Amino acid sequence: MQSFTILEGVVAPLLRSNVDTDAIIPKQFLKSIKRTGFGVNLFDAWRYLDAGFPGQDSSTRQPNPDFVLNQPRYQQASILLAGENFGCGSSREHAVWALDGFGFRCVIAPSFADIFNNNSFKSGLLPLVLDKSIIEKLAADCEANEGYQLKVDLEQQQVIAPDGETYSFEVDQFRKHCLLNGLDDIGLTLQNADAIKQYEIKRKEAAPWLFNGVT
Amino acid sequence: MSAKTLYDKVWDAHQVHQQDDGTVLLYIDRHLVHEVTSPQAFEGLQISGRKPWRIDSMLAVADHNVPTTSREAGIEDPVSKLQVDTLDANCDAHGIVEFKMNDHRQGIVHVIGPEQGATLPGMTVVCGDSHTSTHGAFGALAFGIGTSEVEHVMATQCLLQKKSRNMLVSVDGEVGPGVTAKDIVLAIIGEIGTAGGNGSAIEFGGDAIRALSMEGRMTVCNMAIEAGARAGMIAVDQTTIDYVKARPFSPSNEQWDAAEAAWRDLVSDEGAKFDKIVRINAADIMPQVSWGTSPEMVAGISGVVPDPSSETNETKAEGMRRALQYMDLSAGTAISDIKIDKVFIGSCTNSRIEDLRAAAAVIKDRKVAGNVKLALVVPGSGLVKKQAEEEGLDSIFSNAGFEWREPGCSMCLAMNADKLESGERCASTSNRNFEGRQGQGGRTHLVSPAMAAAAAIAGHFVDVRSF
Repeated sequence: MQSFTILEGVVAPLLRSNVDTDAIIPKQFLKSIKRTGFGVNLFDAWRYLDAGFPGQDSSTRQPNPDFVLNQPRYQQASILLAGENFGCGSSREHAVWALDGFGFRCVIAPSFADIFNNNSFKSGLLPLVLDKSIIEKLAADCEANEGYQLKVDLEQQQVIAPDGETYSFEVDQFRKHCLLNGLDDIGLTLQNADAIKQYEIKRKEAAPWLFNGVT
Repeated sequence: MSAKTLYDKVWDAHQVHQQDDGTVLLYIDRHLVHEVTSPQAFEGLQISGRKPWRIDSMLAVADHNVPTTSREAGIEDPVSKLQVDTLDANCDAHGIVEFKMNDHRQGIVHVIGPEQGATLPGMTVVCGDSHTSTHGAFGALAFGIGTSEVEHVMATQCLLQKKSRNMLVSVDGEVGPGVTAKDIVLAIIGEIGTAGGNGSAIEFGGDAIRALSMEGRMTVCNMAIEAGARAGMIAVDQTTIDYVKARPFSPSNEQWDAAEAAWRDLVSDEGAKFDKIVRINAADIMPQVSWGTSPEMVAGISGVVPDPSSETNETKAEGMRRALQYMDLSAGTAISDIKIDKVFIGSCTNSRIEDLRAAAAVIKDRKVAGNVKLALVVPGSGLVKKQAEEEGLDSIFSNAGFEWREPGCSMCLAMNADKLESGERCASTSNRNFEGRQGQGGRTHLVSPAMAAAAAIAGHFVDVRSF
């Protein structure tokens, strides 16, 4: 996994609440068997006026000029300011891959849906929680200033605004550790392989029916 | 020992290891696999030279991409075909049991798990699919995971998890006639909102839940994710035990006796502590219809489309305005005046035998309205389909003008050929009314199977209780 330490980047605002993973990456693009290539279809139904399908030549698409991410000033954005319950709905990790593919490394929202939150940490995208009032202020500053950037310091757990204002945020310490170091948590878990085997032996004695298998 | 909730009990029984910060290595008993969220996980295993930890804990099936029309010629869409072929190849390579597309047991992963007895009380069950919450109906701890976690479970049989909060939703008293499990869960989501369960495992309790069949309980737990919950759970009782008995992968003989005795304890202890309790009066619930683009946007059948200007929360009001625009509805419109173009009876929420029986009872000796362009029935599995045919339900549907299809996820999310065209309006027994969910520009109204059937006949929403 790519590590996340300090991110300084252009900010884009999309404050609507309950943005679901169907909106982030529509179902037709889930047919891919790869982890990459989803960025061009991020928010596809909002971002383009024509219907999207897999394998299309994206240069021939008609962008929706009213959609915020189509503004030239947000093309290099790496931080998304979002609304409540961001990432609700389907468990598709493709939603995180699509955000990452567009260039986002951090989403700042008042709250996240649980599965999206998990998926983000597994793919090196930081889901960062700040109060709604702070996000609204940052979004207003962002809209008023082209090229508006924020600095996100994961180690210090701070968001630093251009006016020097800093905002602290909470993050699960184990997840922070994994993200800072880009750790593959399967490797970490396998360090406990003996404990897993011991658990299986004891559990099989107590509840053998759990080990019948489906074969 | 202090009193425990059902969730506490299943959680505690699966802890392999706990880190100082409270992160738990949680053992997973059953891993259900489908074609959409697994290919990248199998690829990840291969790249890192790892093998699945416990092949016999896995059961695979292709459901999202499969056609619901004749399958003799295979899958027409090459992209869908590649995804299903990839699952077949991965399962063959590792020796994982898979119900392939033409296996008579094939179906929606959340229908076949319980149907086969692959889902058992007290298990931890995961799948790369948010509607894995369905299996919580059995007193199992079941939740959806992303592809990285699919790979993690394959490689280690475990997940790194933090414990969720305990939440109880108690539906007290009895529901009125014509009010189903789907109406109960839509009413719950309408009450607590789509983020109402965030960070929590919800136990559904109360007389109205206890009175439900296993099919109904699965419908309720299925949509726990639509309330944002990590998992939905229902305590084990005689209804659970009776359903599980004699399924192909259920324990038998002495093992059954030991299992049954253990399962009887899968209830929240008297005095167990919940972080949050919500009580809903069952008698107040009427048949529900969603009017917006989030499952919390629901109204009773005798209600009207609400007015955003009377909503005091500005974020909510803005969401409502966007929803009404997308749905092409105006505030104040009677729900029963909303005309529909298509009807979909199916999905992991409502495609089990009881759902099909409820719909068939409404349409018997009636015809689909002229303005309804397509009415689809998609059974949840090959075995549900067979059972329905033995009961003659297929003829009831066909005679009324419904199409009787092969099992799969179908128009719940329209990854196969079954979809809404832009602007079309659908009465759907599925679980999500998000923008574009059933096809770009399509408009979804979530209802129970009986309400979908009644809408198909009337051509608009109608109160099934007086239909």
